[in-house]
Amino acid sequence: MKVLVPVKRVVDYNVKVRVKADGSGVETANVKMSMNPFDEIAVEEAVRLKEKGVAEEIVAVSCGPNAAQEQLRTALAMGADRGILVEHDGVLEPLAVAKLLKAIVGREGPALVILGKQAIDDDMSATGQMLAALLGWGQGTFASRVEKEGDALRVTREVDGGLETVSVKLPAIVTADLRLNEPRYASLPNIMKARKKPIETVKPADLGVDVTPRLSVLKVEEPAKRQAGKKVGSVQELVEKLRNEAKVI
Amino acid sequence: MAVLVLADHKDGALTQPTRSTVAAARKLGDVHVLVAGEGAGAAAAAAARLPGVAKLLTGSEAPALAEPLAAQLVALAPGYSHLLAPASAAGRNVMPRAAALLDVQVLSDVCGVVDADTFIRPIYAGNALATVKSADAKKVLTVRATSFDPVPAEGGNATVEAAPAAADPGLSSFVGAEIVKSERPELTAARIVISGGRAMGSAENFAIIEKVADRLGAAVGASRAAVDAGYAANDMQVGQTGKIVAPELYIAVGISGAIQHLAGMKDSKVIVAINKDEEAPIFQVADYGLVADLFKAVPELEAELAK
Repeated sequence: MKVLVPVKRVVDYNVKVRVKADGSGVETANVKMSMNPFDEIAVEEAVRLKEKGVAEEIVAVSCGPNAAQEQLRTALAMGADRGILVEHDGVLEPLAVAKLLKAIVGREGPALVILGKQAIDDDMSATGQMLAALLGWGQGTFASRVEKEGDALRVTREVDGGLETVSVKLPAIVTADLRLNEPRYASLPNIMKARKKPIETVKPADLGVDVTPRLSVLKVEEPAKRQAGKKVGSVQELVEKLRNEAKVI
Repeated sequence: MAVLVLADHKDGALTQPTRSTVAAARKLGDVHVLVAGEGAGAAAAAAARLPGVAKLLTGSEAPALAEPLAAQLVALAPGYSHLLAPASAAGRNVMPRAAALLDVQVLSDVCGVVDADTFIRPIYAGNALATVKSADAKKVLTVRATSFDPVPAEGGNATVEAAPAAADPGLSSFVGAEIVKSERPELTAARIVISGGRAMGSAENFAIIEKVADRLGAAVGASRAAVDAGYAANDMQVGQTGKIVAPELYIAVGISGAIQHLAGMKDSKVIVAINKDEEAPIFQVADYGLVADLFKAVPELEAELAK
């Protein structure tokens, strides 16, 4: 089967983001950008499915600026076969991305779309579920294990209090949680090979999708800072403070 | 127009985040609550007693799956201006799906209600708060429970009726669940939480934390590093990609205080950090810091609490 893996270009998870002084957003100029870590897990899972002979072709897709080609190259170096960039400068909300991906699914006909459960910039955790809805497909979200069983996927999901297993008919959407796998580092030869793999560029208009945002950001601000408290010298002192000063135990 | 809350429940009891979501919903209009899924009957009786709930709708008692539940929400949606659910694993699974079916951009993890169209939500792991105004006719939200004081469990008397059945699109089926049975309180509702980090060194070593938890009636959490290392189950994870908690007392043991972890616990009322590295960032947010070897300090803490 063909597998589609959407990947998002985000501010690297190690960067301490700064809110812009004018409150219009966070500083993204001259900041290290990377593939959304949960999408890396999704790419890894797709590559493993290919190594197991379950997947035949892996197509990585990114919706974003021209520079998102870097993240597609990362996916190609990890083992994706080719890339599609849906190029758009400006805000793309999960609903718009889901509509763009639906159009790509229409052209490519994958049996599985696997993507990260959440992007670490807008923290929406919505694109996979929205795409599943628009396609009328089943969804296996927050997956920690994925196995193909006939014409369905058995997906073990991370839920509050433990794990849940669902069987989702193919074609399906899976969103990757942390424990699904540990993504590989691309080797130098694979990075070189990835340079030769094709990346096609399309525009939202080519796909007939209106990506106008539904949300307007009125302001972005820093949350209230917490003040550091005091150091205590011993466990006895700690318990005494918690009992008599903070009165929480 | 009324607003609809999709309740979270477990073992026939409503979760505390559901009561917080009702608190958020009360700012928006008359509240109706939909209870569906396994054990919905008992939970529905509890939901009908929540203050401020005008009407209670009961759905299917089959295990909740995203596809039929989203279809049910869409069928009910014409009667409501807002659809809300706690930002739990269940709410985050179904609400974006329902939103897309309604052609609405979901608002995830809302931590403040400004007005009927305008909401505050954390972005970048809570390092920034965005105030956003939705142009959609109908709003679909998940609610960060720790940002809203839960309504009391008793005081209301809602009318109860069965929600019209929605067709199951038959896209997925429930196979099974492994829910950890624990005598300890739920992480997101506990008054006290004690969490361990990578410095715990092994899953077995979490036992020393559990002993303290049992002394305090606390829930046990873990940092992502501890989960990644296999020392703790993922559902114990506190942080941006795990649970968001805001207990009266949060005790961080052997946790350095990565941004990712702070995002999940920095709204706790009192924070205690026990770490042998006095430069650890966790001390910058802790009300009480103890620089000590956890393997010595934690058993001492348990002994001291026993006194």
